[in-house]
Amino acid sequence: MSAAPIDHGLEDPAGTARLRADAVSLGYDRTTVVHDLSVAVPDGKVTVIVGGNGCGKSTLLRGMARLLRPQGGAVLLDGEAVHTVPTRKVAQKLGLLPQNPIAPEGVTVVDLVGRGRHPHQSALRRWGRDDDTAVAEALALTDTTDLAERVVDELSGGQRQRVWIAMALAQGTDLLLLDEPTTYLDVAHQVEMLDLLADLNERAGTTIVMVLHDLNLSARYADHLVAMKEGRIVAEGTPATVVTEAVVREVFGLESRVIPDPVSHTPLVVPVGRHLGRPGSSVGPALAKEL
Amino acid sequence: MTAVEERPASVLVRTPPDVDRVRRARRGPRRRHALVIAGLAAVTFAALAVNLLLGDYTYTFPDAVRILAGVGIDRPTAEFILLQQKLPRALVALCVGLCFGAGGAVFQTVLRNPLASPDIVGISVGASAAAVFALLALGLRGNVVAVAAAVGAIGTALLVRWVAGGIGSYRLVLVGVGISAAMISVVHYLFTRAAVFDAQLALRWLTGSVSGAGWPEVRILLAVLAVLLPVLWWSGRALRITELGEDAATGLGVTSRRAELLMFVAVLLVAAGVAGAGPVSFLAFLAGPIARGLNAGRTSIAGAALVGATLLLGADYVGQYLIGDVNVPAGVLTGAVGAPFLLWLMARGASGRSPR
Amino acid sequence: MSSSTTVPPTSEDSPDLPGRTATAGRARNLRWGTTTSAAIGLAALVVAVLASLCIGNRLVSPLALFDAGHPDHAVMDARLLRTMVGLLLGAAFAVAGAAMQGLTRNPLADPALLGINAGAAFAMVAGISYVGTSQIGGYVWFGFLGAGLAGLAVHLVASLGRGGATPAKIVIAGAALTAALTSWTTGILLTNRDTLDQIRAWQVGSVAGKQGDSFSTIVPFVLVGLVLALCSARILNALALGDDLARGLGRNVLRDRAVVGLAVTLLVGASVALAGPIGFLGLLIPHLVRRQVGGDYGRVLPFSAVWGAVLLVTADTVGRFVLPPGEVQVGVMTAVIGAPVFVMMIRRGRLASL
Repeated sequence: MSAAPIDHGLEDPAGTARLRADAVSLGYDRTTVVHDLSVAVPDGKVTVIVGGNGCGKSTLLRGMARLLRPQGGAVLLDGEAVHTVPTRKVAQKLGLLPQNPIAPEGVTVVDLVGRGRHPHQSALRRWGRDDDTAVAEALALTDTTDLAERVVDELSGGQRQRVWIAMALAQGTDLLLLDEPTTYLDVAHQVEMLDLLADLNERAGTTIVMVLHDLNLSARYADHLVAMKEGRIVAEGTPATVVTEAVVREVFGLESRVIPDPVSHTPLVVPVGRHLGRPGSSVGPALAKEL
Repeated sequence: MTAVEERPASVLVRTPPDVDRVRRARRGPRRRHALVIAGLAAVTFAALAVNLLLGDYTYTFPDAVRILAGVGIDRPTAEFILLQQKLPRALVALCVGLCFGAGGAVFQTVLRNPLASPDIVGISVGASAAAVFALLALGLRGNVVAVAAAVGAIGTALLVRWVAGGIGSYRLVLVGVGISAAMISVVHYLFTRAAVFDAQLALRWLTGSVSGAGWPEVRILLAVLAVLLPVLWWSGRALRITELGEDAATGLGVTSRRAELLMFVAVLLVAAGVAGAGPVSFLAFLAGPIARGLNAGRTSIAGAALVGATLLLGADYVGQYLIGDVNVPAGVLTGAVGAPFLLWLMARGASGRSPR
Repeated sequence: MSSSTTVPPTSEDSPDLPGRTATAGRARNLRWGTTTSAAIGLAALVVAVLASLCIGNRLVSPLALFDAGHPDHAVMDARLLRTMVGLLLGAAFAVAGAAMQGLTRNPLADPALLGINAGAAFAMVAGISYVGTSQIGGYVWFGFLGAGLAGLAVHLVASLGRGGATPAKIVIAGAALTAALTSWTTGILLTNRDTLDQIRAWQVGSVAGKQGDSFSTIVPFVLVGLVLALCSARILNALALGDDLARGLGRNVLRDRAVVGLAVTLLVGASVALAGPIGFLGLLIPHLVRRQVGGDYGRVLPFSAVWGAVLLVTADTVGRFVLPPGEVQVGVMTAVIGAPVFVMMIRRGRLASL
């Protein structure tokens, strides 16, 4: 049984949401990956898109970031179709951290973060005082000030990811889209990254939309969760309403139990496999009793 | 289970924004770049001076200045040789070097791959094929062949771009490789049909040479550079953004159409260079990586242009005086040096930036 | 030294990856059965041979071959030699390409694209110019040297970069190497008009006008190469799984690669020495063959040999009358037809890792 897309916890559906997808279909060449999908991104909140492999979550994000031209419908930013607005103007409102950003060889941290100021500059207005300030603030927010002179190539994975986020921050946008920002990071860095984004959202009110593959972390950090399957939204709303055994079964094909996370009290998905602990281990049966 | 009592301190409290540090950190690379450009300009000037003052006919510096200023030194032959032979030749080498250097560096930057230079992607081959066709099949001589070469370069670039359907990823390079293979084959076919003397003449259009250049060529090249170099300067910022990858670049407001425009400007530069001196082997390929090596790994189009100019001036000079009375075309020298450098570069692992 | 993971081709026309399943299970992907394919191949071979013998600037009846007194006997003799060269070398190039594709796990492997032709050519030009060898018995060894070194260089160099030896990187490395070697070759030819004269007829790639002695000199090398390659089917099937898996199956990967490498060197070195660099056969024939008979090298190699022979001889025959007067050499034919097909393959996204 599938859960119909529900709008739990949103005060005003579709009304003031600056970024919206309106019956949008997205795909590559002749295939369509996202079918006729409508979603409104709540302002000032953290929205996380989850789903299994190939469900279209990255495609949806890329469509919202205007990296993909819609095959049908439209993505609207402040009421205008994002593809009709000059891309530089979009860049002043919408920041993006793509999945595989390439750091040019030999580039320093300040140089890379500084490139985020591009949408605010022009051939005649090349670099000004507020650019310096924006870069300094971005570095401070991501705690990378001490890395300012370092070459990006020489940094660790976690540090590099922070620098990329700093670049997106230097863009000074109200909305920030991130495509799998935690994929190549180890657990400690994943949590560090997500804490940073949560700080940003709380302090600056930046609307954040990200694609995550970890359902439990998504439940912890999202205000608004969107679960996708095969190019359509299966469930939408607060983590408490979306992360249910039924939804997990439908979206991931996984049998699970959902319990309150002991640290954050958000829903925690515990998979049920066929082997509950190793034979002879004392831990297995004891935990099983607790469920 | 007890609730978590303390929340770790927000990272925002830790360090205040340090604008001065940002300014200082930005200054470092900029200073280095300025130094590199200044140094390269000096070296280019020196190479130009060597070409003008030394060789079979030597001039002292004051004499040369007097001749160039129009004052004269009462030796008409010497004046003629400097003004009508050495100077135009050196200026053509300078301009063609600037064209290939800048054009090649733009290619390598936009395609994010030092191996994706016009020589390897097929544009030089297209120029050669067109020139050889004009020479051997149509029996043309003179400036028309140069024009044919330029048209060949532009035509091949457009063909490769059209067939590949975009400039993203490796597709463009692969299509270029395929089309080059076909065109080289046609060139070899034409070679078999021509008289061997004509064939040897045509060979020069396979490596590039500065000899036979005169003031008309200089004027055209200067005009082209005067138009295209400012365009590149204007687009310098966009170039630095395309380096970040297609997605990040679009996110910052630089679409792939901008990147394609830059590539087209680069193709025009290479076409001008090819018309002036033929497809000088590996010049477009070498200039970018050398400039980058001097600039601590960072791309520098201006640097690459100057490196190109220096290399061609140097290769032309050495080619004239290396082996007795044989005038070795500059292209053979740049090829002899460029090829091992290319292989070394590949061995070092510089075959394109992978993500992260 | 395994290549980075690539997305398997998902188009319905994708070549089957060899060795993955038991050969018995391949039936559902084959257009025709193996026997039918073999029959068609042999029939095509006979037709191609007959056409090559009869067609030319004069149509000649094949009977002239057997009648020593027939006025056209000399022409027939020449055409017979030409046809035999075409058959043998067509098989050689196609099998070399198939072996290279298996060895490098690279659908784009081809002696021309990977710089091996250029390597053989450069070595030979250098040999002729500076060492003075002029007999094919002499310069064929240069051909081997050049082909072998170039192949090694491209593969080593491409695999040292980030991500290992991905198909695209190998092709780019090959293109770079070709550019380098061609530049050196041109440099030598520029200063040496005699070599240019000798070389230019050869550089275009042709099976016509060869001496019987030259042919007999290289035949043993090509035959050894063919036998070695055909016997390497099992090696290639194992290598296709990746070095690690192949080792897990108990194969000595280094020795296997050396054996296949030797076969390719012999095939390409000898063929290029005789007929000059002929490209695209090695790239396209194995792909076409795989579509018909599946990915098992036990079938790909012999069928490539047959169809390589057929297509080279056919291209040579067509070249005789496509641009009168005079002939278009087979090297030009394969390049001019092969390049667009190659480009179409890229466009169609056959090569999903790109």
